[in-house]
Amino acid sequence: MSDATVLGAAQAEGFATVREVPAPGMIALKGDLSSPALAEAVRAVTGCAVPGLRRIEAAGPACAGWMAPDEVLLIVQRGDVPAALATIAERLSGAHHLAADVSDMRAVFRLEGAGAREALAKLAPVDLAPGAFEPGELRRTRLAQVPAAFWMEEGGITLVCFRSVARYAFDLLAGAAAPGGAVGHFA
Amino acid sequence: MLLLTCPHCGIDADETELAPGGEAHLTRHGPGATDDDFESYLFLRDNPRGVHLERWRHANGCGKWFIAARCTVSLEVFGTYPAQTARPPQHVLDAIEAKRPGATRKLPVMEGAR
Ligand SMILES: [Zn+2]
Repeated sequence: MSDATVLGAAQAEGFATVREVPAPGMIALKGDLSSPALAEAVRAVTGCAVPGLRRIEAAGPACAGWMAPDEVLLIVQRGDVPAALATIAERLSGAHHLAADVSDMRAVFRLEGAGAREALAKLAPVDLAPGAFEPGELRRTRLAQVPAAFWMEEGGITLVCFRSVARYAFDLLAGAAAPGGAVGHFA
Repeated sequence: MLLLTCPHCGIDADETELAPGGEAHLTRHGPGATDDDFESYLFLRDNPRGVHLERWRHANGCGKWFIAARCTVSLEVFGTYPAQTARPPQHVLDAIEAKRPGATRKLPVMEGAR
């Protein structure tokens, strides 16, 4: 297991705050999202129901997010990943599926503060207006030139991208949130 | 800038979230095919002025392939549908016919249906 941060918990203060946070345990689970066995596996590992289209379910720190018609992202404590994979293998034995520990594949950032929506809206082709994007939705998109996914929780936005582009993503976010850069579009 | 609705995740995806995949509904000619068929499968593409069916992948999104029916002149989009089909669904054909009467009969994929 590698370090859970890539940039040493880098932080930038602007009209929104950007900080790298330790990557939690993340499991990519592909399979038939409508099957009862998969629902049981997701429930056993996260306490969450299988998320509906583009939704993310949360049960405490554990989450289950919809990534594709045949894929969910399960977020658990990092130390719980091996047990979670064993549980999934057991619940889905005999059913075609794939479960992979992708914790070390990703970097995770938090955007916080009143300008968080606006900073992100500069970088992604997504309507981030209040009402158009709200807690409970998980959006996969791009952040300038790299793929990313994000959702709102606890008064901020959590964003994940590939670990290999962590520096690029952090610099983008820090630049978009830089002091003096507020547009007030959602104000 | 094109906006195409991904039929897999429902997002009105900006073109920059998508990767183009070229002409849709090609017949794959593989080993054992005639040279002419193999050449046409590999190299020969329709390049219509008007209604076109083309493949797109929601690359910066759900990752799935879909097909868009659009007009290459006006960029009007008639509909999108999952790529796991050999023919455009009827509602897309109806949408094309409503705006471009007679156009669906000229689509290469519909030649067998004439
Ligand atoms: Zn999609």
